[in-house]
Order: sequence, then structure tokens, then C-alpha cells
Amino acid sequence: MSLATPVLAQGFETGGKLLLTRGISTVEGAGGGGLSSWALITGNETDRGIGATAHATQVELDDFRFQAAGFAVGLHDRFEFSWTRQRFDTRDAGAALGLGQGFTFEQDVIGVKLRLLGDAVYAQDSWVPQLALGIQHKSNDQGAIVRAVGAADDSGYDVYLAATKLYLDHSLLLNATVRWTEANQTGLLGFSGLDDHSLQGEFTAAYLVSRRLLVGAEYRFKPDNLGFATEDDWVDLFAAYAVNEHLTVTAAWVDLGSIATFDDQRGFYLSLQAGF
Amino acid sequence: MTRLSIPMASLAILAIGSAALAIQPPHAHPGELEVDPYEASNAHAGAAPISDPAVLAAFNGEAGIARIVDGLIAGIQQDERIEGIFRATDWPRLRRTLNEQICYILGGPCDYTGRSMASVHADHGITTAEFNALVENLQDAMDAEGVPFGMQNRLLARLAPMHGDVVTR
Repeated sequence: MSLATPVLAQGFETGGKLLLTRGISTVEGAGGGGLSSWALITGNETDRGIGATAHATQVELDDFRFQAAGFAVGLHDRFEFSWTRQRFDTRDAGAALGLGQGFTFEQDVIGVKLRLLGDAVYAQDSWVPQLALGIQHKSNDQGAIVRAVGAADDSGYDVYLAATKLYLDHSLLLNATVRWTEANQTGLLGFSGLDDHSLQGEFTAAYLVSRRLLVGAEYRFKPDNLGFATEDDWVDLFAAYAVNEHLTVTAAWVDLGSIATFDDQRGFYLSLQAGF
Repeated sequence: MTRLSIPMASLAILAIGSAALAIQPPHAHPGELEVDPYEASNAHAGAAPISDPAVLAAFNGEAGIARIVDGLIAGIQQDERIEGIFRATDWPRLRRTLNEQICYILGGPCDYTGRSMASVHADHGITTAEFNALVENLQDAMDAEGVPFGMQNRLLARLAPMHGDVVTR
């Protein structure tokens, strides 16, 4: 071990995970697909090590621009900590909504995730998926605005249980997540309103084309707690490409439905994830 | 006399056959280092055979498997992540038993005569990272043989659960 090794890494191994099995980074920072948190733990570490990822994500919609950037740490392929800052630019819609041209909401999402049991990759002789429990605390920087549009709070939390399994016989990855949430548009429009926490499902099916390329679709059910605007479920079609063990590029077509009275918000999603 | 000589000859051939088997138990093949005696069983292969003949065909049969095993061994010997683990390896024996194991699991006309994964790896202190490095070398060797990725995964799905027996550290 060289003298340059950081103190934190002494006694920890880095690397060793198979390509793409750390997942990509979600818009909320957790390891998973683009929109949905999975049970996979971020970073390239195995059960003996430490790993981390950093991501930058941009979603260009018809009337809005959504950006997220953050980092996540994985410990022993067991525990994950993530932090992400989300930025939601209302562009021209801001003026139409009376907020002002280019009015921007920002939100911090701090997440932890614990793998409870199972192994999505190696347990090919068992039906048991990898199961993980996660909590995300979110705080929005526009308390007055989100209350004005009907939200009860400018901060809140999600709890989710994710089940992920790789059906290697069929080169297929399936994920199902159930999320207990009160977040309006992941919290960018505040928390709660007409209703408080409710259970929402998230589903992913993805096909491994090669060691480097995963293509798939996600569907994320959303709550609908605001009186002034309808919130729709989210859908995406994605392709994630592992350039090497450190860099994964994900491109997707997304349909986020109606956001703040602007319908049919479809667009292009691009995310870069670097990690070790 | 002639009517008797035929069964006599057959018996003689049988005797030679069993003598040949007797000097070649699974733990003492010529050209390999001797290992402690054990009873051979296909159950030691660690996975049930794949019944779909398309998979064996995608591996180009026994000849393809032999090339993949050669490629895997060459890859291991050059992979700094894991070559140290294999430094004291009896390569002829590893080559033979890997051929048998993969051929058996792919549903080929082979029996596996090696030891169980747990007993082979018990003292090696192998980590998950090293297990994965071996998987990558096998993937490279299957790529070189032109085995389609989905077919590779049919085999890897049978090998993946061995993680529990192979990884001991």
C-alpha cells in the first residue's frame, strides 16, 4: 500500500465489481436506474471495500430544464450514502406562471440505503431478489412559493424498499420499488398538500445487450397532491453504456407528463456517472 | 474352441479396459500432480447441465470449449489481479477439469471428475473481486470464440451461484 493511499481507504479494497452492477445514478442520487432507485449499491466496491460515484444529469423538457448533480459512497456493497442537488429551471414557463422568467427551484436530496438481503447478481439459483431499504431527506429552497401553490412543507422524506434481480439466463434485469412519499415532483414543488405520504410503485425492465450496454424502460407512479396542477406518472426509455469501469453514460427519452399545469413534458435525458 | 475364443477375447479387452481405468482414477491422471484420493461425481460440477442443445452449439461444441478454456487459462496467467492465486496450479489438471466442467454444464457428452468447488477453493482465500476478475477472463475467452453474449450468460447463470463456495475471504 503506497503512502499516497488516503487514510479512509486503508484496509478497504477499491474496485472489483462487474461492469454496470453498481447501477447508474438516479435523479435523486441513489444507485439505480435514471428515475427509480434500485437495490444495487453504488460504487465499484465489493463486500470488502469502498467505492463512490459522482454524477451530472440534465433533462431537457419542452418547457422546463431539470438538472441534478451529486455524489454517492458505497461501503462493502452493503451501505450507500448519497447527496444530490436538483435544479429545476422554469424558463419561459416561469413567466407564464407569474414566478418570473427562468425562475428556478433547487432542492437537496440526502439519501441512505441499506442492502437487507439477497444478491441480485450471484444468486442465480434462487428466486430471492436483492432487497434494500432506503430513506431520502429532501429540502426545497422555495418554501414560500411551494406553500403558495398548495404544498404543506418545503422539506420531507421518502422511504423506499427496492427489489432488484438479474435474470442472467435471459440477460434481463428487473426492479420493483415501493416508495412511501409525499413529494410533489420529487419535492421540487414541495411536500404534501391534498394528501400526505402515500405508497407509489416504480418498475424497471432492462436488457443486457453486452457487458457494457443496458437498454430498458422505467415506470414510476407519482402522487398527485397539489390542487393547482396535476402530477402524472413518469416513464422513460434508456440506454446505459459503460465506457469503462469508471465512466457510464446514460441517455434516455423521458415522458414526465404534466408539470405545474404544463402538459406533455417530454424530452431528452443525459447523465454522466464517474466512479471507482 | 473358436466359439469359446470370442468371449475370451472380449473378457481380455474388458480386463485391459478396467486396467486402464484403474491406473487413471480422477485424482491421478498421467501428466498431472497427484491429489488426495476422492470419488468423482458430476454433482461436484456445482451446477446442473443445460438441456437446451442450442447453447452447446453456440459454444461450438467440445472443440469450442477447449479453445475457450485455453483462452481463459492464458488470460488468467496474464491477469495481475489473479495470476498469483494460480501460481502453484497444476495447469494440465486445471485445463482438463475446466474442460470437463464446462462441457458437462453445457449439456455436452462429458463427465466432471474434479473435486467440488468448495473443496478446491477452501484454502485459497479468494475474494469477490478475484471471482469477478475470473468471470471477466471467461467472458473475454467466450468473446474470442464468438459466443453470443446472451448464450454466454446462459453459462454464467449456472456458474454465478458458485460464488458462495469459491469466495472464502
